[in-house]
Amino acid sequence: MMDKKEKASAPKVPTGDARRRFFLKAAWGGIASFLLGSAVVFARFFYPRVLFEPPTRVKVGKPSEFLPGTVDTRFKDQYGVWIVRDDENRIFALRTVCTHLGCTPNWIESRNKFKCPCHGSGYLRNGVNVEGPAPRPLDRYKITLVDDGQILIDKSVIYRSVADKDPDETNPQSILIV
Amino acid sequence: MIKKLFDKFRQTPVGKSIFRRNYTHTPKDRMQAIHGNVFFHLHPVNVRRGALKLGFTWAMGGITFLLFLILTISGVLLMFYYHPNTRDAYVDIKDLEFTVPFGLFLRNIHRWAAHLMVITAMVHMFRVFMTGSYKHPRQFNWVIGVILLTLTLLLSFTGYLLPWDQLGYWAITVGTNMARASPFVGHEGPFGPQLGMTAYNDLRFAMLGGSTVGSNALLRAYIWHCIALPVAAYVLLIVHFWRIRRDGGISGPQ
Repeated sequence: MMDKKEKASAPKVPTGDARRRFFLKAAWGGIASFLLGSAVVFARFFYPRVLFEPPTRVKVGKPSEFLPGTVDTRFKDQYGVWIVRDDENRIFALRTVCTHLGCTPNWIESRNKFKCPCHGSGYLRNGVNVEGPAPRPLDRYKITLVDDGQILIDKSVIYRSVADKDPDETNPQSILIV
Repeated sequence: MIKKLFDKFRQTPVGKSIFRRNYTHTPKDRMQAIHGNVFFHLHPVNVRRGALKLGFTWAMGGITFLLFLILTISGVLLMFYYHPNTRDAYVDIKDLEFTVPFGLFLRNIHRWAAHLMVITAMVHMFRVFMTGSYKHPRQFNWVIGVILLTLTLLLSFTGYLLPWDQLGYWAITVGTNMARASPFVGHEGPFGPQLGMTAYNDLRFAMLGGSTVGSNALLRAYIWHCIALPVAAYVLLIVHFWRIRRDGGISGPQ
């Protein structure tokens, strides 16, 4: 009885019990933050910093190597890209993936269009879808001119067009004017 | 003769150290035998006669577990001849099929058991659902069962890539493209681009260990398939079986 009264009147110093509770809370807090941190580390671990994949930025040569009004299929197998130069001397890099289900279309010179062998989607020279189940024009890659005068294709930047809209207008960044 | 020899063995110091008590064929000893064994104690001590009716259980849970055991053993054996890299994987499977003794048999056992396990797990769930065995007090075991089905499907999916043939390659391409198109966590899914998802930081990237189905993807599929997922499945199987016992034994006709 006496003890209790003394405690109540004493200045606020943590008693043994309160101190124990604080340490317990701190310990659980420490364990929880350790587990949370470990979870973050574990998740981050699955995202590698360095990749040993084919390069995403490739040089394809000087603009003069591409004649006006042609579709260049030389880089289709290696880089998955068609370099198209139209009559107005605008160059763009079409991604060789059908926007329907991801097959690889073919450039058919005699019919002046890209045709997908899987389901018959057809695209014009500028990538606009005109027939078959393809929902939108062919995607384009970022294209720039670098210091040595060569065209650089950045495959990690993909310009996605919208159905029924001119891809030249929706993706002006995808065009290199020479 | 064999029984006599066995009884004699039980009286030796070695036998006594293995079997801790004498076994007489009384109901109590039978229960003790189940109770005291580390593997059997997961199993209910008593099983009602009606619960063993094939027409009720279809034996689908047990068959699924048997298939999982077959897959574990045949899978470990396959690992002895398989290198998880893009140079060797495809030819190692060909090697297994054409030159390794019993390799073709081994591979086909693994393949067919894998296909069957997906089917039997689903039929097992169908039976549990139709007999109402997921109801109180077995709701939690149903939840574990759903997770086990997911693990079965993931094991099936990751195993698909390992032969490194056209079939598996495109299956994983399509499967991970679904992750690419998932909301929030995929770079082509709804709200993905707005959250800053690209081909190099979304969920698909973590699954493949890269932006394309390449050597990292093969190695990841291999490790998930051979270590992480089976260990998780075994842990959950132990809980699954233990819960049958704790939830009042296997369900039976009322």
